[in-house]
Amino acid sequence: MLEIKNLHVKLEEEGKPILKGVNLTVEAGKVHAIMGPNGSGKSTMSYVLSGRDGYEVTEGSATLLGEDLLEMEPEERAAIGLFLAFQYPVEIPGVGNMTFLRTAVNAQRKARGLEEMDAATFLKEIRARAKELKIDAEMLKRPVNVGFSGGEKKRNEILQMAMLEPKLCILDETDSGLDVDAMKLVSDGVNALRSPDRGFLVITHYQRLLDHIKPDVVHIMYDGRIIKTGGPELALEVEKNGYADIRAEDA
Amino acid sequence: MGLPQAKQNATEARLARLSMPPETGWTKLPREAALARVRAMGLPGSRDEYWRFSDPSSLIAPEAPRAALFEVKDEAPVFDAMDRLRIVFVDGVFDAEASDELALAGVEIDRLGGAAGQDIHWAREVYGTLEARGHEPVDRPLAALNTAFATDGVLIRVTGKAEKPVNIIYLHRSETSDAHLHHCIKVEAGAEMTLLENGPAAARFNKLMEVDIADGGTFHHIRTQGRDHERRAATHIFARLGKESTFKSFTMTANGRMTRNECIIELTGDNAVAHVAGACVGDGDFVHDDTVFITHDAVDCESRQVFKKVLRNGATGIFQGKILVQPGAQKTDGYQISQSLLLDGDSQFLAKPELEIYADDVACSHGSTSGAIDETALFYLRSRGVPRSEATDLLVLSFLAEAIEEIEDEGIREEIVGRMAGWLSRHRG
Ligand SMILES: Nc1ncnc2c1ncn2[C@@H]1O[C@H](COP(=O)(O)OP(=O)(O)OP(=O)(O)O)[C@@H](O)[C@H]1O
Ligand SMILES: [Mg+2]
Repeated sequence: MLEIKNLHVKLEEEGKPILKGVNLTVEAGKVHAIMGPNGSGKSTMSYVLSGRDGYEVTEGSATLLGEDLLEMEPEERAAIGLFLAFQYPVEIPGVGNMTFLRTAVNAQRKARGLEEMDAATFLKEIRARAKELKIDAEMLKRPVNVGFSGGEKKRNEILQMAMLEPKLCILDETDSGLDVDAMKLVSDGVNALRSPDRGFLVITHYQRLLDHIKPDVVHIMYDGRIIKTGGPELALEVEKNGYADIRAEDA
Repeated sequence: MGLPQAKQNATEARLARLSMPPETGWTKLPREAALARVRAMGLPGSRDEYWRFSDPSSLIAPEAPRAALFEVKDEAPVFDAMDRLRIVFVDGVFDAEASDELALAGVEIDRLGGAAGQDIHWAREVYGTLEARGHEPVDRPLAALNTAFATDGVLIRVTGKAEKPVNIIYLHRSETSDAHLHHCIKVEAGAEMTLLENGPAAARFNKLMEVDIADGGTFHHIRTQGRDHERRAATHIFARLGKESTFKSFTMTANGRMTRNECIIELTGDNAVAHVAGACVGDGDFVHDDTVFITHDAVDCESRQVFKKVLRNGATGIFQGKILVQPGAQKTDGYQISQSLLLDGDSQFLAKPELEIYADDVACSHGSTSGAIDETALFYLRSRGVPRSEATDLLVLSFLAEAIEEIEDEGIREEIVGRMAGWLSRHRG
């Protein structure tokens, strides 16, 4: 589903290389986890895949469902089914959460040649999804992420994901800042979306999230490359021993 | 002390084209006094400090610059869906046919044009009075010019709770019309009304409103300055607030080659509240100037100024705002924010925020910023599938929200947001 080949990326302004040849394939129906020390390039990769400005791809390719992601505008990537749950969700004062989501849902439907979702259906859908994530009606009316607690922001990301029904979901440290109960809620939300035609790329530092969202494959990113790939046991190894051994193997 | 010759010449050239209405009645004295003020001050020139950012020449030229008529084909006039009393002026001339009967529970309505012979004693105390008080410390000669030569306007005395809003609707049917309209509003103690204004008043217009609010009175004002792009407009609002009274005024402006909106407010009774806000969007040949002067002269009063301007394609936005806290005006709570969103590198925002405080126990803050669209927020929206143009519109509305939220009535607020969204979708890229 997602195929990243030999991806090299540098910062446009400083010219500093961040990704140095990433190879990664996520199959439909699978959950891949990425772990790796701070600054290794995990968020950069998720931004490059979703089309944020400020990065220059110097080599390599990335395709989703056979389509060249790197040539597309961010909204086009979203329309073909890419979703990034941000490590730091953005606050947008003055734009209601509901208005924002409705605009997004309908923009994507339009791009896919579907009819707009009418207000009543949308309301019904969002209320149901919000309830599952314990997001109250009040939060839906408030401006996007403004005054939300860290955990509320993360839950709001998952709500957006649930409403947009993407094909490939990238979760960038969605577990950070969550209390134990919220972690469970968010994981349940993600697990509810697992399906044979949907892939997940879950970026995390902790095994704890992977207890709830069971990965099929675990990758270790270090200094802009995937230096090791394995099964769920790899995450346990990181939890126990840190990254030193894996780095030594790589070197 | 005489005026500079050039200023005097420009003033006399303008005055030569104006004459007072034949039947001035009780307004004769205030008009003559105002004319004397105009001659003493001289009309504004581009070298005047108060007009440093906006060139007044099109506002004082003897002839009104031609303004193409604007026909709104694709949408109903703003406020159309509301239950309100309509008073219509076409190029500054009252249109009885198009207006509702001037009768409404809770208010008494007359026209300045029709009142010449009558002695409307409350209006005598207002007409030209607040304007005359408003020249200290800055001259506002266009306001005095208005008092001297206004041909019409509405006189509203609010005696109770107005049954519904009064809507003054302006229509523009002549490319060369040049109108002076002067409204007086007296809100009696504890009384309450909402005034709506919309529509293009004339090719060029000079509009003035005096609002005198007695103790415990409430006045809401929402105005839209619309899509008649070529207009030249100078407007003044002079308001005087008594004890525990409330004044709230919001203006939405879209387009306009030259619009100068001045608002002069005196808080003279304790615990009074005055809010002035403006949201404007300009594209291209656009100059929009908000000039505000708020004087706190009583204890425990609150004032807020919230002005937001969205500018593109070389548009210019101006804000001059002052909070003056007089000696003894303790516990003043003054807030002022003026911000611009520049959608490209060609546009500019010029701001002169000022505080002048002569009391020691006050909380006043002001801020002024100029910025571009937040790229991070734009990316966030686009990553959810919202196309760049729509995402930009959402962020523009987000930027304007703080000003629009100053409107208390939710229905009107939504109407204004809808109008802004409509404008944005017609002015993309
Ligand atoms: N816009 C930028 N300007 C400067 N440096 C940047 C920028 N974006 C990324 N970097 C640098 O690139 C490297 C990778 O950052 P990235 O955020 O991708 O790391 P990460 O693996 O997500 O780390 P963390 O686990 O702390 O979230 C870091 O050294 C970071 O400082
Ligand atoms: Mg990161």
